[in-house]
Amino acid sequence: MNYSQFLYMVPEATLVAILIIAFIADFASSKTAERKWFNPLMCVMLLVQTVVTFFCGEPAEAFGGMYVATTAANVMKVILAAGTLIVVIQSRNWMSRPDTAFKEGEFYMLVVSTLLGMNMMMSAGHFLMFFLGLEMASVPMACLVALDKYRHHSAEAAAKFILTATFSSGVMLYGISFLYGSTGALYFDDFTAALNNGFSTLTIIGLVFFVAGLGFKISLVPFHFWTADTYQGAPTTVTGYLSVISKGAAAFTLCTLLMKVFQPMAAEWEMLMYILIVASITVGNLMAIRQSDLKRFMAFSSISQAGYIMLAVVGVGNPAIAAYGVTALSYYVLIYVVANMAVFTVISAVEENNNGTTAMSSYDGLYKTNPKLAFLMTLALFSLAGIPPFAGMFSKFFVFMAACQQGSVAAYVVVFIALINTVISLYYYLLIVKAMYINNDSEPLPTFKSDCNTRLALALCTLGVALFGVCSCFYEWIFAAA
Amino acid sequence: MEYSYVFLILLLPLLSFLVLGLAGMKMSHKAAGLIGTLSLGAVTVLSYYTAITYFTTERLADGTLPTIVPFNFTWLPLGSLSFDLGFLLDPISAMMLIVISTVSLMVHIYSFGYMHGEKGFERYYAFLSLFTMSMLGLVVATNIFQMYMFWELVGVSSYLLIGFYYPLHAAVHASKKAFIVTRFADMFFLIGILIYGYYVGSFSFNFTGTEIQMAECAAPFLQGDVSRAVAAGGLIIPTALVLMFIGGAGKSAMFPLHIWLPDAMEGPTPVSALIHAATMVVAGVFQIARLFPLWIQYAPDQMSIVVYVGVFTAFYAAAIACAQSDIKRVLAFSTISQIAFMMVSLGVCLPSHEAGVVLDNHAQLGYMASMFHLFTHAMFKACLFLGAGCIIHAVHSNEMSAMGGLRKYMPITHITFLLSCLAIAGIPPFSGFFSKDEIITACFQYSPVVGWIMTGVAAMTAFYMFRLYYGIFWGTENKELHAAHTPHEAPWTMTFPLIFLTLITITCGWAVNFGSFVSASGKVYEIHLDTQIAITSTVIALLSIGLATYIYKGEKQPIAEKMYKMFPRLHRAAYKRFYMDEVYMFVTHKILFRFVSKPVAWIDEKIINGFIDFTAWSTNESGESIRSWQNGDVRTYAVWFLTGAVALSLILLAI
Repeated sequence: MNYSQFLYMVPEATLVAILIIAFIADFASSKTAERKWFNPLMCVMLLVQTVVTFFCGEPAEAFGGMYVATTAANVMKVILAAGTLIVVIQSRNWMSRPDTAFKEGEFYMLVVSTLLGMNMMMSAGHFLMFFLGLEMASVPMACLVALDKYRHHSAEAAAKFILTATFSSGVMLYGISFLYGSTGALYFDDFTAALNNGFSTLTIIGLVFFVAGLGFKISLVPFHFWTADTYQGAPTTVTGYLSVISKGAAAFTLCTLLMKVFQPMAAEWEMLMYILIVASITVGNLMAIRQSDLKRFMAFSSISQAGYIMLAVVGVGNPAIAAYGVTALSYYVLIYVVANMAVFTVISAVEENNNGTTAMSSYDGLYKTNPKLAFLMTLALFSLAGIPPFAGMFSKFFVFMAACQQGSVAAYVVVFIALINTVISLYYYLLIVKAMYINNDSEPLPTFKSDCNTRLALALCTLGVALFGVCSCFYEWIFAAA
Repeated sequence: MEYSYVFLILLLPLLSFLVLGLAGMKMSHKAAGLIGTLSLGAVTVLSYYTAITYFTTERLADGTLPTIVPFNFTWLPLGSLSFDLGFLLDPISAMMLIVISTVSLMVHIYSFGYMHGEKGFERYYAFLSLFTMSMLGLVVATNIFQMYMFWELVGVSSYLLIGFYYPLHAAVHASKKAFIVTRFADMFFLIGILIYGYYVGSFSFNFTGTEIQMAECAAPFLQGDVSRAVAAGGLIIPTALVLMFIGGAGKSAMFPLHIWLPDAMEGPTPVSALIHAATMVVAGVFQIARLFPLWIQYAPDQMSIVVYVGVFTAFYAAAIACAQSDIKRVLAFSTISQIAFMMVSLGVCLPSHEAGVVLDNHAQLGYMASMFHLFTHAMFKACLFLGAGCIIHAVHSNEMSAMGGLRKYMPITHITFLLSCLAIAGIPPFSGFFSKDEIITACFQYSPVVGWIMTGVAAMTAFYMFRLYYGIFWGTENKELHAAHTPHEAPWTMTFPLIFLTLITITCGWAVNFGSFVSASGKVYEIHLDTQIAITSTVIALLSIGLATYIYKGEKQPIAEKMYKMFPRLHRAAYKRFYMDEVYMFVTHKILFRFVSKPVAWIDEKIINGFIDFTAWSTNESGESIRSWQNGDVRTYAVWFLTGAVALSLILLAI
């Protein structure tokens, strides 16, 4: 075996290094003492990791095709690493609480290993490698959800998550076995070659079960049921992480798999995607309208956003326009990361100052007492709703454009339904804005001062929301790689 | 690279705007004013340096000055088209750099005195910086789209500055009016740009490349009837140009889009000097000059539209100016009239007589004359406005009745005002004489009728300017008003700009040969006075001044009163600006609101809103009905999951 092949895996190798350093640091320091240096250390290391990933984007193949690095995947790795960095930055407030401080090391290690798993998943060249990556991201995620196990519904959320995740993994493995059974191949390249010679009913069932497994991660309807309970119960920082990073990685993987591996079955999976997209966007929206808890609300909002992300996929079956789809997807995820993280940072800041409740009614009159926070929240919500000139409008535009390029009547219908749904989503996002600015509360939340990490995270996110759309260089960067 | 520093010309005012806009509230007035003025001073130095370097560079082999693009980067690529942001140096943009930076710097200095102690001093300087940045960006644009963006920015900053005294109802009203009217005109500009971009395939001002593409865009028509092809393909560019001209006419206050400019005088007087006299209002003229190669080559017939609009506006505004009593309004209408001179001058350019030559200095004398007049007018009109500011500062009123006999109290203002009046009246050796003379020569070249009309308007100019001059500095002194507080000369920060601008006005007509900087073909053009026209127009101007002296100089003005009595209706109509505002009010309120807006509002309320209400209701109801799916039971979730997967498989297998 040629060990120099590890050199192709720079993003993953650096993550392993960070994992080891975090482990040693956690192990070597006293858990009872205050560890002020820990969070900055992690932030710096993740920043380095992001930069390193950014600069080593050469496509490569290692370990006999098990690991395949592409420029598009590299872009996604950079986006996810940057998103993780924001999560870690904003986690400090939570991590300095007395009842969680001793778990700080665990939290970082779990986050980094999840990211590692997702990177592996995105660069897999083989079904088993892919499945390993997926599980590697999944198991630490369950631990993360359970991190606050004596508080709220953290334990319940984790139990629901791990049970449904196991179930979906089972279904997915079942699907993979169908795929293997009908083609006799597990390497993606061989598999596509086999598909080119025709496929059977078994392959189609395998495809659906396989997509169901990934759809669970992306929380597409009808595989979304875990989302609301888990998002609500998990610690807010973890919910943020779950809603953007995990979703983004899974969406990107599904996109590239459909584009390359399942390309000969494009007619089949396009139909599948239409159903999933329309169901996700609509059901997510309808459920979101009725929520009274902000985290639960964001769960349903994220389901409908997942539908929008998947809109980018409908055209990737055609190699001529596939690049637009991949770009639109990565770009959407990039903007979704900053906008959603901004919202979750605000939620987390409010939660810490409001005895840990996340009810929407606690946002009544927030503008009067905490105008800056309310303003930043408004910007992020505007971006999520797709109001120009914020980045969210551009990302929605590009996914719609990518879907329209597919050209079939069905695609146009789906885009039309998605457009109607943006109006509905505008309504419920504005409900929060209304609560903050217009609703009167006899006892609004008292004015509080956030710590510098929360501010930094919010500043980064807001900068992203304001600039990613207007500056065309970000879109071009992603497009050049796709 | 030689011009690598030019980005600073745009960046410095922008930074000054950001600093003053974000942190200005926390600064003292003096610091805020100094930041604005110093950054503008630096911009002025850079602009002068750039212009001097540019005009002294070696000419190309054919005797023209090279067009230089120090930088031009693509902001948004859209297929073959792209939106670029860049910096273009050619004779007219270099000249405009000087005009804008000079007047803007003078206004910055002047405002120290004029705006002293005003609330929102730092906001005022922030807006001035924003305006200067936008105006500079407009003139150095490398493409029509960049020009349009800065064009709108200029409109916004003008809006902000007119409404500077926002507690006053009139100021708010005027700023709204200015913005809406110019935006309305800009809509045509944008349509013109889009048509142009669509057919020509480029927004760039580098027209040499576009000729090839124009041939291509005409190609589909060529397959059919050739004559029809020329007609159809040939009308696209003229249509686009005329639409753009409507945008320019809005900004430059040409009839009937002029109604915003007199009201814009509600803004602070230095702002009127900078924006509504010297720089922004000439943007329309500049736009035509910028697109001049296209006009002369592809739309020579349509240029008569420019001439007619210009001639009528020049006369119309001059007639109104004769009857106004607010000194700033007189100057505003005089500005409209003078800009119309520049427009006419561009319009009267003729296609070259020589075969194969498009740009010809002699046939297109008007181009040079127009730019020349733009330059001289900017200087003396800014001086007049700033002088008016000193007077308003001294007597606290805009009305001529509050003035009279001020020459004793304000000697510097008096002298500079008089010299500028002489310049605008066209008396040698002041700058206005030279530029106006070239315009009239160009008009006579085009048609004697236009030439005589313009000579007549020039005579009216001399008349109303001296009516204004005598009304302010001579005539009856308003003793009651002056008893309360004696008018006094303004501080040096206000008089220095007056003196500086007057010096330019005295010298710039004869000291340099303007034709060696700017001319239609780019080659050196020797300005030589047409003695016949020069003498005629000087004599006519002197006669008008004499008439004004005769009527208005005395303490009592029997002739003027007799004239009011003789033509009361005419005077009233002119005073009311020929009821143009009332016409607009009638059209918008009585016709548009009643017959268009109301039915549309009904449809909106009953049909569209009803549909939306229905959607909202049904969405709410369905949200309620699917709520029970999410019951918190993991087993149910697994069942749904599996059912979903199986159902999807069945659907896929079925089709």
